[in-house]
Amino acid sequence: MTVVIRDLLRQSLAAVRVLLVLTVLLGVLYPAAVWAVGRVVPDRADGSLLRVDGVAVGSRLLGQAFEGGQWFHPRPSANDYDGLASAPSNLGPSNPDLLAAIRERRAAVAQEDGVSPSAVPADAVTASGSGLDPDISPAYAALQVPRVARERGLDEATVRRLVAEATSGRQLGFLGEPTVNVLELNASLPGAD
Amino acid sequence: MSDTVSGLLTIAALLTLLAVVYVPLGDHMARVFTSTRHLRVERALYRVGGIDPDAEQSARGYVLSLVAFSVVSIVLLLAILVGQAALPWDRGLPGMPWDMAVNTAVSFVTNTNWQSYAGESTLGFATQALGLTVQNVVSAAVGLAVAVALVRGFARAESSTLGSFWVDLVRGTVRVLLPLALVAAVLLLLGGVVQNLSDVTVRALGGGTQVVPGGLVASQEAVKQLGTNGGGFFNANSAHPFENPTALTNLLQVFLMLVVPVSLTRTFGTLVGSRRQGLVLLGAMGVLWAGALAVTTWAEVGGQGQAAQAAGAAMEGKETRFGEWASALFAVSTTGTSTGAVNASHDSMSPLGGGTVMAHMMLGEVSPGGVGSGLYGILVAAILAVFVAGLMVGRTPELLGKKIGSREMTYVALYTLVVPALVLVGIGTAIALPSTADAMGNPGGHGFSEVVYAFTSAANNNGSAFGGITVTSTFFQLTLAAAMLLGRFVPIVLVVLLAGSLARQRRVPTTAGTLPTATLLFGGLVVGVVLLVSALTFFPTLALGPVAEALTGAPR
Repeated sequence: MTVVIRDLLRQSLAAVRVLLVLTVLLGVLYPAAVWAVGRVVPDRADGSLLRVDGVAVGSRLLGQAFEGGQWFHPRPSANDYDGLASAPSNLGPSNPDLLAAIRERRAAVAQEDGVSPSAVPADAVTASGSGLDPDISPAYAALQVPRVARERGLDEATVRRLVAEATSGRQLGFLGEPTVNVLELNASLPGAD
Repeated sequence: MSDTVSGLLTIAALLTLLAVVYVPLGDHMARVFTSTRHLRVERALYRVGGIDPDAEQSARGYVLSLVAFSVVSIVLLLAILVGQAALPWDRGLPGMPWDMAVNTAVSFVTNTNWQSYAGESTLGFATQALGLTVQNVVSAAVGLAVAVALVRGFARAESSTLGSFWVDLVRGTVRVLLPLALVAAVLLLLGGVVQNLSDVTVRALGGGTQVVPGGLVASQEAVKQLGTNGGGFFNANSAHPFENPTALTNLLQVFLMLVVPVSLTRTFGTLVGSRRQGLVLLGAMGVLWAGALAVTTWAEVGGQGQAAQAAGAAMEGKETRFGEWASALFAVSTTGTSTGAVNASHDSMSPLGGGTVMAHMMLGEVSPGGVGSGLYGILVAAILAVFVAGLMVGRTPELLGKKIGSREMTYVALYTLVVPALVLVGIGTAIALPSTADAMGNPGGHGFSEVVYAFTSAANNNGSAFGGITVTSTFFQLTLAAAMLLGRFVPIVLVVLLAGSLARQRRVPTTAGTLPTATLLFGGLVVGVVLLVSALTFFPTLALGPVAEALTGAPR
């Protein structure tokens, strides 16, 4: 037993020295190298900030809360779009609280946008995985067009064109889902600021 | 294009990418672990450590070095976590409480990366880089080393040594993981993953303010997936747009989780002189992965479960840009590789989908498993399979010219038992405590499933969670830490001892009575053994959790 402990101690000395060198290599030099590459594409490395009149209003990759009929609404969020508290709801598939929340959201969207409850798409009544989902489905965006146009005194064709500009298809034509970026869309609305 | 076509094409693209790198990466790793040359940076490391890189170690020496390195790793990480306020870029955050720090240090050193904390509100930038990024690489390199030691057990005959742990650790880091991580980190960066040192507060367009968080995320994200670690920089893990901004980065992340474990079967085949044997093991891994993917996708895309029925699709806890197909693909790959990263809330998956990803971990992380641990896990299953086959025909079992005697079977039997025992004892203890009911985030059978998922994930070194459960009590911090520690190192010690025992043997000649193992039939036998062992162990537990929920939760 004492032999084992002596060997273990001797190995530990080697381990301490190897680990410290590896910490410099992997914990300092490696992140620093990637950081240096990031300086070539600062827009992406610094969080893809969206600027309106030169002032950052958010990240194109992070959703924000938009209340009031004049805005396109994002998806429900488990953390109210807090940038420092990303989280899903973690409510289980049979949880009565989740089922009630889905019913309430469906009714609220149907009422605000004057559509039948069955026309409300799934992303409008479910919270995302991050609580910071920047996107909604094209269906949910289309459903909101008449209201936003009316509230802002715009014609629907103009708003539909802006939705189309904020819409991305599947990447490379086949990856992922078509999305509408809510922050970009709202920032593009005339008189948004 | 329909979602179905998009989903199937995504899977096809993933498999194509893996097929393209299988041979070059597999053969590269085979050369790395057999080369007699040392790179200059490696020589420097050996000199600092006072290590003779040309001195081979016995199984005992290999284990001692590995344990010493891991203990020192836990101690250093613990110190960084508790004392992070003394580091630069600490974001004004205090040190972690001791029980959370113990849990986290064990979690990252055991390649589990279970998280009882939220990254963006708990850790400074230097802590994540110096502590977590480092362990993301070296804990994977430890797994790789153990797998290589076991392969040498098969490849060598009448040898008292298994190679040098230090050389395997350093080469796995310098020649395999770090170069791949650099490439992956740059690709993620170009996809929009952040890499900076400052949080920015913006005046939000719709009123109020929002913090746009920063961090050295791209470098950590790359090794998080490549090393099958899975610990997120942010609480939401790969669902967070700053970790995983697009469908393309999502595909890259799934590829990164799978690439080393998959290619290691080629390394194995090359080193033991039977690439076909490597392909047969890969086939067994692939069948298990594909089966889990089929069931999970069917459950999620098919909108199983009450919430999905009410909402019209299973989008609770999922991101719009990924949708159901890419979320199911990610969930199955992360649970099959012991990664544990998530791009959607597993807690909110359908009863059948969530139950399947949980059962996928219960297979013992062999489809295709973690970096190194997947290969040694499937080799242990293969030994069990030749043993079962040997019993059926009444011959001494052999695998690759090595007799599987009572010593080898003792190690294999203990290996097979230790993780299920940890899972079941952990669940039983937790459920016996009245306080556990308060920790559950959901009522009914699903709350029980959260506890089952937690101990399954910890002992199997996966790290994903049914995240509704609150695991910040000292009880959960320490019991889950114990499950992670024992679930990682007891199997590792057994595997190295097994490797030592195999290496000492002489090679027995193949005769007409030898069971051919590089065949489809044997691949099927391995799949059968893996399924049977876990089904017998875990069926009662699954019946009380996800199965009960799926049955009671059926649409009325």
